[in-house]
Amino acid sequence: MSYEIVIGLEIHAELATKSKIYCSCTTEFGGEPNTHCCPICTGMPGVLPVLNKSVVEYAVKAGLAMNCKISEYSKQDRKNYFYPDLPKAYQTSQYDLPLCKEGYLDITTSDGIKRIGITRIHIEEDAGKLMHDEWDTGTLIDYNRCGVPLIEIVTEPDIRSAEEARVFLENVKAILEYTGVSDCKMQEGSLRADVNLSIRKKGETRFGTRTEMKNLNSFRAIVRAIEAEAQRQIDEIENGGTIVQETRRWDDVKGMSFSMRTKEEAHDYRYFPEPDLVPIVVSKEWLEKIKNSLPELPQQRKQRYIEQFGLPQYDAEIITSSKHLADFFEKAQETCGNPKAISNWIMGDLLRILKEKGIEYSDIPFEAGMLGKLVLLIDKGTISGTIAKKIFQKMFETAEDPEVIVKKEGLEVVNDERAILEIIQRVIMSNPQSVCDYKSGKEKAFGFLVGQAMKESRGKANPQLINKLLKQELDKPEQ
Amino acid sequence: MERQDCKVNILNMTAHQLSDLIKRKKISAVEITKNIIDNIEKREEQINAYITIAKEQALKQAEEVQKKIDEGCELPPLAGIPAAIKDNICTKDMLTTCGSKMLYNFVPPYDATVVENLKKQEVVFLGKLNMDEFAMGSTTENSYFKKTANPWDITRVPGGSSGGSAAAVAAGEAVFALGSDTGGSIRQPASFCGVVGMKPTYGAVSRFGLVAFASSLDQIGPITKDVTDCALVLNAICGHDPMDSTSLDMEYPDYSKALVNDVKGLRIGIPKEYMSDGLNDEIKEAILSASKIYEKLGATIEEFSFKMSEYAIPAYYLISSAEASSNLARYDGIKYGYRAQKFSDLIDLYKQTRSEGFGTEVKRRIMLGTYALSSGYYDAYYKKALQARTLIWQEYNKAFEKYDVILCPTAPTVAYKIGEKTDNPLEMYLGDIYTVSVNIAGLPAISLPCGFNSENLPIGMQLIGKAFDECTLIRAGYTFEKNTDFTNKTPF
Repeated sequence: MSYEIVIGLEIHAELATKSKIYCSCTTEFGGEPNTHCCPICTGMPGVLPVLNKSVVEYAVKAGLAMNCKISEYSKQDRKNYFYPDLPKAYQTSQYDLPLCKEGYLDITTSDGIKRIGITRIHIEEDAGKLMHDEWDTGTLIDYNRCGVPLIEIVTEPDIRSAEEARVFLENVKAILEYTGVSDCKMQEGSLRADVNLSIRKKGETRFGTRTEMKNLNSFRAIVRAIEAEAQRQIDEIENGGTIVQETRRWDDVKGMSFSMRTKEEAHDYRYFPEPDLVPIVVSKEWLEKIKNSLPELPQQRKQRYIEQFGLPQYDAEIITSSKHLADFFEKAQETCGNPKAISNWIMGDLLRILKEKGIEYSDIPFEAGMLGKLVLLIDKGTISGTIAKKIFQKMFETAEDPEVIVKKEGLEVVNDERAILEIIQRVIMSNPQSVCDYKSGKEKAFGFLVGQAMKESRGKANPQLINKLLKQELDKPEQ
Repeated sequence: MERQDCKVNILNMTAHQLSDLIKRKKISAVEITKNIIDNIEKREEQINAYITIAKEQALKQAEEVQKKIDEGCELPPLAGIPAAIKDNICTKDMLTTCGSKMLYNFVPPYDATVVENLKKQEVVFLGKLNMDEFAMGSTTENSYFKKTANPWDITRVPGGSSGGSAAAVAAGEAVFALGSDTGGSIRQPASFCGVVGMKPTYGAVSRFGLVAFASSLDQIGPITKDVTDCALVLNAICGHDPMDSTSLDMEYPDYSKALVNDVKGLRIGIPKEYMSDGLNDEIKEAILSASKIYEKLGATIEEFSFKMSEYAIPAYYLISSAEASSNLARYDGIKYGYRAQKFSDLIDLYKQTRSEGFGTEVKRRIMLGTYALSSGYYDAYYKKALQARTLIWQEYNKAFEKYDVILCPTAPTVAYKIGEKTDNPLEMYLGDIYTVSVNIAGLPAISLPCGFNSENLPIGMQLIGKAFDECTLIRAGYTFEKNTDFTNKTPF
């Protein structure tokens, strides 16, 4: 029996505003526990919230970038529940009138382009963090994250595989980074997603019973969780069971999810309009201003790279998938004027080394301009490609300018014909068999001899000169 | 006036009279404060208006103000006047209990905006006043700490929830006080205690620092000895506050300019429904004679029908309880205030703390509000109440096309006996019948003395105005006061 997986995502992104959503406390990550909070974000008696206007601007930016309709009039609501990390015992969120709605993103997967609907994007506040006391049996609370602004992006149940979910999330991440709406640091929890998943037999039009999975802290965890949950549901059905509507917690270490609560145990959040705040009105003028402040988005940039620089579709897709990477590309190509070479360096050595060393795109240790200079050195014939790869490797260790490395280590290409001739003569002397083979018409032997000469020069000799002089030497009439 | 005479009268004097004496150096701020503190010490045993008395601090503050006066500084009108604050308004470094065991030890690290504003006026703070727990009640009997007595008859309640505020002003234990009014909590105790109480328009006074009961209805306002003082306190506390999103950003008038003895041409409407069933005869009499006085002074009086009035009480109790159930959820024993001694786990900590920390009336409203907001009941209760709210607001708007002011009783009865209504919450809720619709519509209203019944208990009348038209209420109230003698009577 063949099954179809149906997935909807709820993505939470912390906004990159300087201050919190309802007070002037900093949103900076880290800090000693309970040092980034005040009576307002800790919900002390009598205090009142005042909405940070840039939260609305950031959320509208995200909405526009994801093709949403922006509500001229929206409101905030209280979501009531008791938990120690929520000092007011309600989270201020948006219920029936979200700021942005009815958007979509077109994603490119191995099956082509697919449109994923976005139901809504709304603003809300983050909660604090509970920590188990290391010295006692108690639990400690850090309210630093309390009141940090979030957007929640809710998709339609349009996603059909773990791959689609991953690509969609990558697209969302790129958009939020490009627009500066969120720094999307998953390891700091500033981007997180819940997965709603159900399965149904292929051809079936009704949805199956869904489960909601929480605690997904990386793209890898999301992919694994989707695969595991889909399999769990299929096994359950195949064994004659039924799916229970419930919230499950993903354990990435065990590679399994566990039931947290069923529908019967679900909270009644008793949403009602937040009386301490006034409705959010986004005027036409304000909306226009936000629209005009939108930067180039990943899709637009990708298209530009294809058209302006002639990059292959795939390379453009990869490079523009991260703002950090795309900005790096752009600066590097500005320095050398050879976008294709830069693109090749990025797609090849750069991504490989980043992956090997586990370095984020945002943390490349040297300036983009240095890669530009490196390409320039090759293009001018100062160094060879082989040497360039060595220098590039070195740049990761020392973050030094390639020109400095070349000078310091004497890596310039040798263009001195006399010196190269000496090398060639040595190679001919010590490889009589190959010379013989060449003379009897075996072209392959020539390549071998070039390689030997190159090796002899420790990669520094100008390969064109080697070619020319070697040919000249070998073709000389016998003396 | 001789200095000696002043002292005798200090306890009955208004803020503007005392301010005048201070300016003319007839008396010092320190003398006034000492006199009032002496009076507090004498009367508190019977009245129980205060939860916290800040004797030392008040005297020190009075000395500082007097020093500035002696140095010839130009000071605001309320400088050196001793006042007290309802205990649900946050005062930095001073206990703020809301009359609840839940906050028996809560000392805010911040001042409410109104407190800051009064500090700018160099007002002397005497302390914090008793109230029904979290402002829920009409008698101040729901306080965890004490029962306040009515200075006119100590076997009777002072009204509520700002009972401590009204009693303190009536008993000369404060020259003026601040209260809060969610459904009548300033006006009804003012009426029971024979003083002047004003609930300003929603949005005219910052709620920052007022511990929330029902956010969309709560408003801070003054309780004073006369209408002139009411205008002076309004001048000090009204204004836009960027810390309160619901505070209106506009040009606020000088309310003292409305102290004009003239109501010629003023159009006054009396809602028929408020003058019939359930209204005590003597009160009806007093309101009708007040209307005759206005007529004689050149105002026009007309009865009209306020059809939505019967929905005001149910809508009010649904909306206020729903908001309260959410506002009071933060008192969970985790962060501040009361925490149960014994509990087995987190849920049990919540249950025990809230069972022990809240009183009966507060629990009743939390349960009512939680129910009204629950899924499946929201549309039938909370949403219906919001719709009724819109209709009430619309009906007021329609009435104000014809009238400048609406005149009616503040409460259907005079102050009743302590314990008389504690077993019948529904009957107590009905006592709010003339006041709650004003909060529902966000309008300003003033209660001022308009007579005394056969037992010499004060009767209050209510004037309701258009939104942000406190000035007309001040003018109408001031004119009434100037042409009658009710505000000058004191219990002692």
